[in-house]
Amino acid sequence: MPIRRPADIRSSEITDEALYRDRRSFIRQAAGIAAAGLVAPSLLAACDRGRTAASEEPAPDDALTPFEDVTTYNNFYEFGTGKGDPAKHAGSLRVRPWTVTVEGEVAKPGVYDVDELIRLFPPEERVYRLRCVEAWSMVIPWLGFPLENLLKRVEPTGQARFVEFTTLHDPEQMPGQKRRVLDWPYREGLRLDEAMHPLAILSVGLYGRMLLPQNGAPIRLVVPWKYGFKSIKSIVRIRLVNRQPVNTWQASAPNEYGFYANVNPAVDHPRWTQKRERRLGEFRHRPTLPFNGYADEVGRLYTGMDLRRNF
Amino acid sequence: MASPAVVRRLGKPAVFLAALLPALLLVADTLRDRLGANPIETITHRTGWWALTLLLVALAVTPLRRVTGWNGVARYRRMLGLFAFTYVVLHFLTYLVLDQFFAWSFIVEDVMDRPYITVGFTTFVLLIPLAVTSTRGWIRRLGPRWQRLHRLAYVAAAGGVFHFLWLVKADTREPVLFGVALVTLLALRLRRRPRRAAARAPAAPARSSKPVEAAS
Repeated sequence: MPIRRPADIRSSEITDEALYRDRRSFIRQAAGIAAAGLVAPSLLAACDRGRTAASEEPAPDDALTPFEDVTTYNNFYEFGTGKGDPAKHAGSLRVRPWTVTVEGEVAKPGVYDVDELIRLFPPEERVYRLRCVEAWSMVIPWLGFPLENLLKRVEPTGQARFVEFTTLHDPEQMPGQKRRVLDWPYREGLRLDEAMHPLAILSVGLYGRMLLPQNGAPIRLVVPWKYGFKSIKSIVRIRLVNRQPVNTWQASAPNEYGFYANVNPAVDHPRWTQKRERRLGEFRHRPTLPFNGYADEVGRLYTGMDLRRNF
Repeated sequence: MASPAVVRRLGKPAVFLAALLPALLLVADTLRDRLGANPIETITHRTGWWALTLLLVALAVTPLRRVTGWNGVARYRRMLGLFAFTYVVLHFLTYLVLDQFFAWSFIVEDVMDRPYITVGFTTFVLLIPLAVTSTRGWIRRLGPRWQRLHRLAYVAAAGGVFHFLWLVKADTREPVLFGVALVTLLALRLRRRPRRAAARAPAAPARSSKPVEAAS
């Protein structure tokens, strides 16, 4: 009789000891920062609970991308279109007080303070690959909680089929919004079942620390099987809706960026190949994996769909 | 202002060093590990940016000369053009070796299927005969045809602008500025056409590296 391994834990994805020990050092680092009053205690407590989600651990050859690279090489056009611009200019973002409005097709809409969200949903660590549509990738130890926990709390109605996310719109805090490079504010969307998938998280930190503004502080989406632009940053509104939302990049260039934007080596961007990627810090390209390597977990969401058309 | 004699003596070495400086800074940044999280991308972008910039600077020499009446500037045109070509070669080699590492199947696919790479590669190929025929010997051998051939520099610059424009995702400001600069230079050049056509009558055999100026 064939032995079916549990779908959510692959042996290749169990963290090796070195990485695990490394985690302890994040926690120590976090402890130091918490002592300085920079990290909400709940964040730390959650982190110290240790591993909560083995399924999301990447394979051992997915070494963590250094903190320095994760925090200085960013696409966050609200602070400029150069990769180094967000780290240089995002200091103008005021991350507290910060509220997230959850509304639309829900029984219990509400306005949540980000610290309240952290209390309600203690963050856990998730090490995810991040694959940018520009064909580079990173591995990031996020701190966050499953988006489904928040969605379940607000009780989506029978009309809710999609979730629309919106970034802050404030050109004073986000100087990049003074130029209409994109149609501000930045918007993203997920189908409800995608949003309810346990791999989809709202992140509030990385490397055991609070998110820095350039990484989407104070709260951002992380959907690891989709191109990075889906993982919207600095969220102020989450609206459950009946109609498929138009995301900002789709509006900007509909033939290049779709609604689904699942990582897919079989569908090239019209202007460059998606068959491979450069992992930051590596010289040779690596092949890009379907759904960024999370096909076992999320493939079933797309059964019967033409992913070439729904790119 | 420096005296004409000093300019004549030190002008070329100064321009040479100035045009070399971006490459030296790139080497320095590489050695000090200052190229950021994606060094290959940084090298690609910087060599490409300077290739296009120097190509436009070279194309600005003649309009500058006409507008200011400073004829001496023409002496730097060939050097600037060859430096532009040098940065194009560095840019291409970065792509070939560092970025692709000779992944020929991907390179062929890029050149065939990706318009910005198609136009970039074409531009590189187009500039090779211009670089080769930049010597005095070739100028003499080609005679009036040299000038016609070297008008391809404008086509190459346009290729560079489109190469840049077609690769950016949304922020087209910089490639558009390059495009505006190129169109301006071309307009300044074409403005003189009617008078030149009248004066051109016996096309004098080109003796120098600046045969376009024969009319002025």
